Amino acid sequence: MLHIKNLHAGIEEKGILKGINLEVKAGEVHAIMGPNGSGKSTLSAVIAGKEEYEVTEGEIFLNGENIEELGAEERAHEGVFLSFQYPVEIPGVTVTNFIKTAINETRKAKGLEEMSASEMLKKIREKAELLEIDRKFLSRSLNEGFSGGEKKRNEIFQMAMLEPKLAILDETDSGLDIDALRIVSNGVNKLRSKDNAVIVITHYQRLLEYIVPDYVHVLHDGKIVKSGTKELALELEEKGYDWIKQEATI
Amino acid sequence: MELKDKLLSSFMVFEDRVHDESKHIHDIRNHAIKTFQQKGFPTKKDEDWKYTSLNSILKHDYVISPRHESAIEFKDVKKYFIHDIDTYKIVFIDGKYSSFLSETTHDGIDVCLMSAALNKPKYKVIIDSYYNKAAKDTHSLTSLNTAFASEGAYIHIPRNKVVEKPIQIIHFSTGSEASVMLQPRNLIVVDENSHVQIIERHQSLTSNVVLTNSVTEIFANKRAIVDYYKIQNDNQEASLIDNTFVSQKQSSNVSVHTFSFGGKLVRNNLQFFQKGERIDSTMKGVTIISDKQHVDHNTLVHHIEPNCESHQDYKGIYGGRSTGVFNGKVIVEKEAQKTNAFQANNNILVDDKATINTKPQLEIFADDVKCSHGCTIGQLDKDALFYLRSRGIPEKEAKALLMYAFANNVLASVKINAIKTRITKLIAQKLGVNLGFEL
Repeated sequence: MLHIKNLHAGIEEKGILKGINLEVKAGEVHAIMGPNGSGKSTLSAVIAGKEEYEVTEGEIFLNGENIEELGAEERAHEGVFLSFQYPVEIPGVTVTNFIKTAINETRKAKGLEEMSASEMLKKIREKAELLEIDRKFLSRSLNEGFSGGEKKRNEIFQMAMLEPKLAILDETDSGLDIDALRIVSNGVNKLRSKDNAVIVITHYQRLLEYIVPDYVHVLHDGKIVKSGTKELALELEEKGYDWIKQEATI
Repeated sequence: MELKDKLLSSFMVFEDRVHDESKHIHDIRNHAIKTFQQKGFPTKKDEDWKYTSLNSILKHDYVISPRHESAIEFKDVKKYFIHDIDTYKIVFIDGKYSSFLSETTHDGIDVCLMSAALNKPKYKVIIDSYYNKAAKDTHSLTSLNTAFASEGAYIHIPRNKVVEKPIQIIHFSTGSEASVMLQPRNLIVVDENSHVQIIERHQSLTSNVVLTNSVTEIFANKRAIVDYYKIQNDNQEASLIDNTFVSQKQSSNVSVHTFSFGGKLVRNNLQFFQKGERIDSTMKGVTIISDKQHVDHNTLVHHIEPNCESHQDYKGIYGGRSTGVFNGKVIVEKEAQKTNAFQANNNILVDDKATINTKPQLEIFADDVKCSHGCTIGQLDKDALFYLRSRGIPEKEAKALLMYAFANNVLASVKINAIKTRITKLIAQKLGVNLGFEL
């Protein structure tokens, strides 16, 4: 599904990613862990197509297609979804209207007709229930005055609505209490299938107890310095990141 | 002939035609034309007109008093009305009252014509007490209007009346003349404890040149509530100089929302005078323009007495080679202790060639007050844009949503839903998007 080859990227001349290689297949869950400043959020933003980052070397393939020339919205139309660490507030635009717009713009791009109002409503109800979101919440302005937990839950709600092929969850666990973490993880797990893939970006192992990864990668100084199975996450939890850093510098 | 000279000579003819007026009005007119004669049109040398030049609109050979009677069909202009709610309507076509399109009343309140009010004895008390009392006769353009004032809306709400239906004042110009100058004059007097909502619009129906120099006086007596909405979305050859003066008494609450989306040149002179305690004055505006359009908001709040508030919030989105001006003056007199005065002007420049000149002016003579002002000029937030695009929303639509969100808190204080809906539609239209829902 996603194939990243020797990816170098940065912002304003400053190199952040220094040769990432990663392959994510349909049906898999990958966790990317690493200390602050290792390039985790940059990697997710580059995959999702944030224009401020410049790819200086290497390629990203999505289902065999090089996506370098695609804008963020086109990548979204191809099935990429990024759950933001800091979702943006849009006063005056309700959660419902926002998601309707997102879905219908995606359908438009694919040459499909707009989703009917009844179908949309049904889907919104179903996904809201999955994430234990009540109706009042849906008519609030997007992210405006939302608590940290509400913002994250809303991100996963949007993901559920958009049904992406590749979902990247950037620090979705930060700012979540244990109940919200359970709800959000449960939502993500329900959406997993053999046809889609998930990349979980996190600093801590905690989220991975709920969303169990097939593979764990450790990012340090813009490179994946270690890859393994879910046990690697436990090891990191126990030992911290220092031993990785030392290993990497040797 | 220069426009000024033409106006001065037209005044003689005009005075002859309105011979049946009272001496009171006659004196006001003559004083006003003298002021205009002395001062002439403002130029960029005047501090208040530093960023707005009238040169390009004064060069036309305007017809001053259009004689030609034009009729228009309601179906052709329906879209300019807020037609989904029941309203009173005072409609003018090329400066002449259109009884056909209007819906006036004398049932408990007076919603009618200035021409009637200026001439009929039954309105004399109100005219003598209020007419031209708030308008500043030191302004040359206001004086020019006063000299020629003969038609417009006259609204008098006696005490203890909550007027359920909003009142629409609409001025159409039909292009029956190649270029026309219109000078409507509105008087709104709201007595104690009464509440009224007014919507004003100027609309040119062709691409002929129109210059409107409008004066509106609003008097809010004790505990009165007045909500005034100005919808400025005229076509590219129409210019508007709007002079609105608000005089407030104790515990009254007046808000003026100005939505400036169209026109070639728009200048809003909006002045509030607080003549009592515990007064609340609100001025809000959303400006979205592009091409070579020019919108200038020139506001004044004069805090004269203690314990009053004023709130100003103007948002501007400028594209193309458009230019914007915000000049907001707040004067707090020595006696006006415990004043709360807030002013904000936030702007987004969408294109490199667009300009905004913003200038807050605070003159505070009292020592126990809370006054704040802030202005910002920026571009759309890149992170926010990325967020929307990453959800599959194309760049153009994403930008439109962000601009809408930016302007949103001005809309939040609009009390008439039908107006809110209309404005959001106009914003979507202005931003060139169709989002499949009403913003």
